Amino acid sequence: MFADYSSSELVAIFAMQGFAGLSLFSIFVLMALGLAIIFGQMGVINMAHGEFMILGAYMTYLTSHVFESLMPGLYGAYFIVAMMVAFLAAGALGAFVEWALIRRLYHRPLDTLLATWGLSLILQQCYRSIFGAREVGVSLPDWLMGSVAITDMIEVPINGLFVMILTLLIAAGVYYLMYRSNWGGQVRAVVQNRPMAGAVGINTERVDRATFALGCGIAGVAGSAFTMIGSTGPTSGQLYIVDTFLVVVFGGAASLLGTIASAFTISQAQSTMEFFLSGSMAKVLTLLVVVGILMLRPQGLFSLKIRR
Amino acid sequence: MNVMKSNLFKRQDLINYGLLALLLLVVLPLTLDIFRLNLVGKYLSYAFAAIGLVLCWGYGGILSLGQGIFFGIGGYAMAMFLKLEASSPEATAIQSTPGIPDFMDWNQLTALPWFWEPFNSLGFTVLAILFVAPLFAFVVATAMFKRRVGGVYFAIITQAIAAILTILIIGQQGYTGGVNGITDLRTLMGWDIRSDSAKYVLYFFGVAMLFLCLLMAHLVLKSKLGRLLVAIRDREDRVRFSGYDVSNFKIFVFCFAAMLSAIGGAMFTLQVGFMSPTLVGIVPSIEMVIFCALGGRLSIIGAVYGALLVNAAKTTMSEAFPELWLFAMGALFIGVVLAFPNGLAGLYTLLVDKFKQRRAHSSAPANRTSAPAAEKEQVDSSSGVTAPSQS
Repeated sequence: MFADYSSSELVAIFAMQGFAGLSLFSIFVLMALGLAIIFGQMGVINMAHGEFMILGAYMTYLTSHVFESLMPGLYGAYFIVAMMVAFLAAGALGAFVEWALIRRLYHRPLDTLLATWGLSLILQQCYRSIFGAREVGVSLPDWLMGSVAITDMIEVPINGLFVMILTLLIAAGVYYLMYRSNWGGQVRAVVQNRPMAGAVGINTERVDRATFALGCGIAGVAGSAFTMIGSTGPTSGQLYIVDTFLVVVFGGAASLLGTIASAFTISQAQSTMEFFLSGSMAKVLTLLVVVGILMLRPQGLFSLKIRR
Repeated sequence: MNVMKSNLFKRQDLINYGLLALLLLVVLPLTLDIFRLNLVGKYLSYAFAAIGLVLCWGYGGILSLGQGIFFGIGGYAMAMFLKLEASSPEATAIQSTPGIPDFMDWNQLTALPWFWEPFNSLGFTVLAILFVAPLFAFVVATAMFKRRVGGVYFAIITQAIAAILTILIIGQQGYTGGVNGITDLRTLMGWDIRSDSAKYVLYFFGVAMLFLCLLMAHLVLKSKLGRLLVAIRDREDRVRFSGYDVSNFKIFVFCFAAMLSAIGGAMFTLQVGFMSPTLVGIVPSIEMVIFCALGGRLSIIGAVYGALLVNAAKTTMSEAFPELWLFAMGALFIGVVLAFPNGLAGLYTLLVDKFKQRRAHSSAPANRTSAPAAEKEQVDSSSGVTAPSQS
């Protein structure tokens, strides 16, 4: 299948597909980071994670409209504001959901799955009632349009680059928060042993709520970034939920580094294969390989060596 | 013999089965027209999957989000047979390649793919419905349970497999009919399945199959195997330390649930007349879990009622208020999980117990006390074992 292309074309193909893969990788990482906190650290199966993401996307859509109608001069800056709005909205909803639903179900993880699935249905219908069933998109500010030409055959779109840088920053932030800050220590203590963490004076309920809200907030930012690459509909979130869970599980649920590594592997494999096979077959093959590897190595790529 | 019989079926069990039979065999056929009865038949085909979930989730503690896979395998096997029968060279003479299903012709296929060939035979199709799904389940379950992967991970992997299968079916349009699925099924061995009389026959056949499956599930639960499943769900380590190979029991119950689901899929195809990937994917698989959860995850009869009620509500509500349906469904999920972990069957058991207690109090104490007391004790002991799992 390589015979039809010259070697320089092949390099360009791999570079471009590699870059397309990197964009996909950024989205996967952003989505999976939130889930890695909620599912990997807290053990809560949040099936509504995709809907939190879509909430972020809709918030970005709303913010862009507000900027467009009220202060068109500042339109170039709306995206930064939109991301904060998305983070706060999704985080606030997350805190509410934790208070109303999740905290009653910490000892029944499989039931959380059902309850959050119900939540996702409700959210989907809310989006459909409020924003309509049609997909919405935002127009990008000028400075995010266009592309950078690296060689005459390789061009890199700026919005993709921006999302990538954003991903790196957020990933670094989450890493710092979880592994270097005092608060992250509390989170990990609560996750490892709830009664013991409570006994040493950590307010476990508050830590739980903040952790869940943080995970949801990051999902909101992911949705915000998502609007730069694709359009958003009420059921878009559902399309990504399986991928996201697989990324987290494949990486080794409790490891942030693993999540990033597995997001990289899956997105690169998928986008490179997409060029040579049809999109659906590329996806099937990638998922099959991931499931196959998970059957052989259920703990995922990176696993913490702890006694359970 | 008599003793064994009374152990297998307590009086309350017999009453419950009798009520269900009365409803399905007498009340519904007499009160509904054939269109609605056919719909009930369709709902009941989901009940097969829900019964399987009661065994594997309620009793075994294995939450499978992939029952749609097995439902789809059974349904597609049946649909492939019926489609081949409907695509005889005479009936498809206008195609560029007569004798192959119409969607293959549209996708420029010129010969029947090899894996379609065996579905020319009804015997093979029945075997495929009964055994392909359990075989697939066996492979998945062996890989997972032998490595002691369970719980959440199992749920996610089965869900991923359901997603993969849907993408595959939609992507391989020429071989599977794509997103439309396999449609336009007409006859079974020359017998028109679309006529009203055939629909009646198929409905009663479906109910008969349902009771057969209920009986099998009942026997599994009442056997030592059923006890072990509960023990595994509640304290897997202890069962393992007692010398049992825990994984084998889990594999068995998952395969059994897969078989029930596949039978349900085949009944669906027969009664509804098509099969499509929308019945295989993640959404239907999770809906099957909610049928089981609403009916009561510990009651196989409850699962049947759950499938009937949720689907009936879905049909009525999406006809009348389409935008409210998802709200209602979501609220149902959350409400059942938070407020009634044992579903309708749990409520029913409570009511029956209260009724029995009241009767025991009101009737003459001298000659009656011993029997209800003994019965009460049995109910208590069983409800003690079957309390919702804390896994």
